[in-house]
Amino acid sequence: MTFEATAGHCGPEARSDCWVRVWRPEPGTAPEVTVRSKVASMYGPSIHAQLIETRTTLGADDLSIEIDDQGALPYTLMARLEAAVRRLRPETRASALSPPPAFAGAGLVRSAERGHGLRRSRLYLPGDAPKFFINAGLHRPDAVILDLEDAVAPAEKDAARILVRNALLSVDFCGAERMVRVNALPAGLADIAELAPHGVDVFVLPKVESADAVAAAHACIQQAYAASGLLVTIETAKGVLQAAEIAAAPGVVALNLGLEDYAADIGATRTRDGRESAWARGQVLNAARAAGVQPLASVYADIDDADGFLAWARGEQRMGFEGVACLHPRQVALAHRAFAPTPEEVALASRIVEAFEAGLAAGVGAIAVDGRMVDAPVAARARRALARNV
Amino acid sequence: MTLQPNPDTGRAAPIEANGRPLTPFQGVGAVIPNGQRKAGPRVRSVAEYPLNGDKRAPNLREALRRAGLRDGMTISSHHHLRDGDGVMLRVFDEAAALGARGLVWAPSAAFPCHAPLIERLRDGTLERIEGSLNGPLGEYASRGQMAGMAVLQSHGGRYRALQDGDLRPDIAIIAAPAADAFGNCSGTQGPSACGPLGFALGDAQYAEHVIVVTDHLLPFPCAPWAIQGSLVDQVVVVDSIGDPARIVSGTTQVTRSPDRLLIAEYAARFVREAGIVRDGFSFQAGAGGTSLAFTLALREHMRALGVKARFVRGGSTRYIVEMLELGMTDYILDGQSFDLEGVRSLRDNPRHLQTNPSITYNYHGKGNVAALVDCAVLGATEVDLDFNANVVTHSDGLLLHGIGGWQDALFAGCAILAVPSFRDRVPIIKDRVTTLCAPGEMIDVIVTERGIAVNPRRADLLEAVRASGLPLRTLASLKAEAEAICGGPPRPAALTDHPIGVVTWVDGTALDTVYQVAGG
Repeated sequence: MTFEATAGHCGPEARSDCWVRVWRPEPGTAPEVTVRSKVASMYGPSIHAQLIETRTTLGADDLSIEIDDQGALPYTLMARLEAAVRRLRPETRASALSPPPAFAGAGLVRSAERGHGLRRSRLYLPGDAPKFFINAGLHRPDAVILDLEDAVAPAEKDAARILVRNALLSVDFCGAERMVRVNALPAGLADIAELAPHGVDVFVLPKVESADAVAAAHACIQQAYAASGLLVTIETAKGVLQAAEIAAAPGVVALNLGLEDYAADIGATRTRDGRESAWARGQVLNAARAAGVQPLASVYADIDDADGFLAWARGEQRMGFEGVACLHPRQVALAHRAFAPTPEEVALASRIVEAFEAGLAAGVGAIAVDGRMVDAPVAARARRALARNV
Repeated sequence: MTLQPNPDTGRAAPIEANGRPLTPFQGVGAVIPNGQRKAGPRVRSVAEYPLNGDKRAPNLREALRRAGLRDGMTISSHHHLRDGDGVMLRVFDEAAALGARGLVWAPSAAFPCHAPLIERLRDGTLERIEGSLNGPLGEYASRGQMAGMAVLQSHGGRYRALQDGDLRPDIAIIAAPAADAFGNCSGTQGPSACGPLGFALGDAQYAEHVIVVTDHLLPFPCAPWAIQGSLVDQVVVVDSIGDPARIVSGTTQVTRSPDRLLIAEYAARFVREAGIVRDGFSFQAGAGGTSLAFTLALREHMRALGVKARFVRGGSTRYIVEMLELGMTDYILDGQSFDLEGVRSLRDNPRHLQTNPSITYNYHGKGNVAALVDCAVLGATEVDLDFNANVVTHSDGLLLHGIGGWQDALFAGCAILAVPSFRDRVPIIKDRVTTLCAPGEMIDVIVTERGIAVNPRRADLLEAVRASGLPLRTLASLKAEAEAICGGPPRPAALTDHPIGVVTWVDGTALDTVYQVAGG
């Protein structure tokens, strides 16, 4: 029988986080709440009150609490306490108490308005590092990926899932599409079941090798009465061979090849120009196009090399991919620049849209620009090009 | 301790500090010295000094003894050795060994490496520290453990205090990376090279007795001389004046903090959109995380516009040295070097000029360079809705920073504070700053990660950027957003009514009081 549990992180590196210990006091002694906080002079009483309220919601009024706080925001405090209580008492139900919204003004953007259809940039956020969550949307990525997989240590998976859930409830990502990368199936199904009710636009599935796995994830989302799409990541030789079936599986909105794992799987050494994955990238791109889902490119690891990133992302764009993943916010603007149309393309697209709308107004279905036919699909493509113009 | 309320600032400031009367702050530029003469040390004669010009003393203790060290004296020093200073702890060890008590240390800035001086404050060798308190020393004072008042001055304010006689050092210690036996000093040579030595100029001019301490003795003449030997009484040669790795960094790195980079980019776009970035313009470049990132972002905008600066006011780093060498600026006006490239450039490039607080910052002079700078990007610990700002205390009331050149640099054409709207869970925009360090009229723009607030007094700037697409916000809306994120408005700092320090304005008037924090 365990008598105490801890969660979270402390120490000077743990900015905007906290460490919580809960334990059952000696019989006959009252449970205590001890708060040590960097922001005690500003928020001490409010931290105290929030811990007690959260404890009640978790049905754990009999537990003592000790906290070392490095300026954690309310949603993080609540997540860390919940993680500690659930570690001590696995039977505890997920907290019914929503964290207070950490935004003002416009607030959370509804699912239908998020992401504006572009996925030029998707910014990775390590799922156990709350300090990166709160301002992620300010860098205006098309999507954020709250990562429960590679970015989270195995022992912290449970706590990260709770933290990510609270972030989904609380943090304003400024209209970015909200993606969550779950753990590889079947473990990832539990992530999906717990997070699907909380407004996840897209679940990112790692290491997918079959359409069946995708179908299982899709069923799990439907069970939660959610409508999240799936971004499927293929990371193995086997998965590449199944790309067409995987892309056509239910719920899939985009397809991506994870280069690091794929190179390891086929026994290749990664090169700067990526020749070892050229065939697989072509396969995945082709499978995505054939199934009518979005082909997305992978990541560029050197976050200090802006020129390298830009050249790489432009190469992926020319190959047919519609977006890249970003490991640092400074890559977001570069990604948008890489996927921006050229000035010539912008000029042409403007003329096409203008002519098409004039045609519509005049009741003419098809018109010509620069001697080329312009119909609805051509006009739609021109509109997408203008949306990418940064 | 009597405090006098000031209805204009809503603050109460002490009417005296450490036995010296203080004039209350009366507005920017309101108090003009009327017929007052400059202070100065006794007139000396060449006949009092060795005819061969060799002013060496055998060691530091003997030099202090020869300087007539007595109880209660004021000892001043410069901070060019920053956190690598190996001289001042030894000075007060020697002073203690000589039995001196109740000394006052008046540094141009203190650093964490000076924390052991708390022991000297406790044992009575030191009575107090005046001018600047940082980190552990500031916290010690904040808890009411230091006797006397911490008189907080800007770099320019300190030069003014020396010149006007508010600060009268009995002994100045000038740590010099290179010197000759006559007392000429250079900061760009020797194993502990630090760059300029400008902060020591006022000490050399106005202290009664000047002791140069060096670990790199050169044959006469030590040239080019940043401090001239004709102002120096004694020279002491020691093994080492400090830790070179902490005096300057090998190479300055730009922050990777996404938030700081975003704020810096907004600031750079702001000055571009405001029309400030044009041929012949000038800016102040700091070495702090956001300032440095601003310099880099600005560089890109200058390239895009094909624009070149006339001068950059440093803090020199390799980044502005690159700008000088690429022809992106005609001159660097350098007050202190932060990395080895800065030191090298100052030594070798005639367009890299050494400055001092007299020409750059002194408010009681016939003009200063700070006011000629087109834009400066600075930090702050807190701001309020009227653009008033704090740079010395944190929101918990602890005195953790000196003013540095911050007040002085606010006289730039466009003074920008680049601050996050909150740090971790500490909102930066307050109803009322814990300590007032500059009135809001001095601050033109506040740039945060969530938007940019332009001081309504600067209708010209507002007009210039109105259509720029930059996220222009009011301070009130930024404050509301940060408080929503942090879980409501923070409680004000828990302070006692016991003053432990006074913030002086650049003209020497008393602006605000620093109070002891509650709860020991």
